[in-house]
Amino acid sequence: MNTQPRASQLDDKTIGELREIAARYPEARSGLLPMLHLVQSVQGRITPEGIEACAAILDLSPAEVNGVATFYTMYKRHGVGDYHVGVCTNTLCAVMGGDAIFARLKEHLDIGNDEVAVQRQGDSRTVSLEHIECNAACDYAPVVMVNWEFMDNQTPESAVQMVEALRAGHDVSSTRGPRLCTWKEAERVLAGFPDGRVDEGPTAGTASLAGLEIARERGWTAPGPSAAPAKEAADD
Amino acid sequence: MTDPLTPVLTDLWDAEQGWKLATYADKGGYEALDVAFKMSPDDVITAVKDSGLRGRGGAGFPTGMKWSFIPQDNPKPKYLVVNADESEPGTCKDIPLMMGNPHVLVEGVIISSYAIRANKAFIYIRGEVVHVIRRVQAAVAEAYAAGHLGANIHGSGYDLDVVVHAGAGAYICGEETALLEGLEGRRGQPRLRPPFPAVAGLYASPTVINNVESIASVPAIVKNGASWFGAMGTEKSKGHGIFSLSGHVMRPGQYEAPLGITLRELLDLAGGVRHGHQLKFWTPGGSSTPLLTAEHLDVPLDFEGVGAVGSMLGTRALQIFDETVCVVRAVLRWTEFYKHESCGKCTPCREGTWWLVQALTRLENGQGSEEDLDQLLDQCDNILGRSFCALGDGATSPISSSIQHFRDEYLAHLSHGGCPFDPAKSTAWAGQEVSA
Repeated sequence: MNTQPRASQLDDKTIGELREIAARYPEARSGLLPMLHLVQSVQGRITPEGIEACAAILDLSPAEVNGVATFYTMYKRHGVGDYHVGVCTNTLCAVMGGDAIFARLKEHLDIGNDEVAVQRQGDSRTVSLEHIECNAACDYAPVVMVNWEFMDNQTPESAVQMVEALRAGHDVSSTRGPRLCTWKEAERVLAGFPDGRVDEGPTAGTASLAGLEIARERGWTAPGPSAAPAKEAADD
Repeated sequence: MTDPLTPVLTDLWDAEQGWKLATYADKGGYEALDVAFKMSPDDVITAVKDSGLRGRGGAGFPTGMKWSFIPQDNPKPKYLVVNADESEPGTCKDIPLMMGNPHVLVEGVIISSYAIRANKAFIYIRGEVVHVIRRVQAAVAEAYAAGHLGANIHGSGYDLDVVVHAGAGAYICGEETALLEGLEGRRGQPRLRPPFPAVAGLYASPTVINNVESIASVPAIVKNGASWFGAMGTEKSKGHGIFSLSGHVMRPGQYEAPLGITLRELLDLAGGVRHGHQLKFWTPGGSSTPLLTAEHLDVPLDFEGVGAVGSMLGTRALQIFDETVCVVRAVLRWTEFYKHESCGKCTPCREGTWWLVQALTRLENGQGSEEDLDQLLDQCDNILGRSFCALGDGATSPISSSIQHFRDEYLAHLSHGGCPFDPAKSTAWAGQEVSA
């Protein structure tokens, strides 16, 4: 088995971390998806060197790794911005305004789907744009994701303001999550290396609490454990 | 008689730092673990069977029965895999659950793994939710530090390791065998069944795959008893479930209620359809469940009730659309989604979803003729039941159900020469526009 990846721009620390990911699993190949996330966190996309490094560690051919990398939409063959903006245009978000948000951002950034906006003079950060499928936040429609953090209940205007704040390098926080990190930093979390931001943001957003708040107001609860008819039959 | 809403899994969501072990433990968290360890694994399976818990990921298969299919005389290791790949359009319950109360999932994983005699469990979370992954990673780390995971848990002699695994963007990985392929580091394409995962799943070993909400429901069942759970819900659909209201409703969000609640009751709680508008169509459980209309407001939202009107309870993802929404536009967009997410393994789905998009696009643009509707239904007929997995079946649901309920609206596109609707009227900010 190969132990030394071929000519690679990945440093020893990264190679060590790739091995560490593979070692989490009973069979090393299970580590491939998070390993590819780590490659992206270091190199900003799936690179030939990254594919070869994963292949060498897992004793696969580069073609086998490439075949996996091309299947999943989160793996990018070209660079994205420091902030990758995803606008949900699946049916519910599209109807609620996602189509309008995506159209406005394309126009404002002067790019098409899956492209990086030009870094203007004075911009300290870059943004890219993509339309995405349902991201499981439908009660916050229309939803925008930035580096896979929730930006809930957007409008075309709020989305334009947000991308401008991001390009200017201002701190922007998820509407129910942490201060946004860069796309590469987020990819590192997906590879299984926590970044210490877990305690930022609330327990739940407003919509998540809709039913619970009504239950609290009206004193509604699940049956108490004491009310469980464990020893005697229920009275109905 | 139970209350209309029954917060169990959502009960911790309004707590300060609900994701912390200390918060969960204050509410009795990890006590169910000791109850379980005093029982034999088989007795835990029996308790979950007796509770009537059915899979909360959409299919509704009895959870305890699934566990009992694991052949304990098979010498290979057993595995538990949690399906946290929540991606079905409209479905948005597991994500807030893992964000706000990840420890109830972790405790459920431990008890469920103990029951099936697994010493290794995986939580496969879709990759596009970084903060949710942070919360689950931290919960697992806290559970290790507190001795709830690792070797000889609570002095029981039982060992369990849990790996949190991030996916990489593929709806198909919500299908359990495609998920296993992804977890083995391969393209996420479904496997032929049989053998079912209970016999040959992860690494060809006996494997249970359960939805997040199913596993998270286990601790309270073990702690409070099967009859406590069964006191909620209906005869064949027992217990509590999270109902997700989205779209044109005054107060969208998560409502945890006994199975069998109706959309009318839920809409009453949620303040109704947005003011000045009427319900036009809705999905009971995500885009793969056939559309329903206002005539179905009083259908009990349980597996039997929704099945009886020709749809499926699915994931209780109630997407509400009012009369401003063009059903053809809605269905075309879902169809484009299925086309994009088709894994390419089988011909009916790979080719069929492309055909469906072409036919629907023509109709939405007012081109073609009424015969195209029959051709569309014929295409659906060649996909439904002929695809390798449920993705192809699901792709046909919105089409055939929308033609059933709204045939005239399709025809209106033809007579109008295009879509007669104004999409601006459907947006969240419609009617609130201020002049620039």
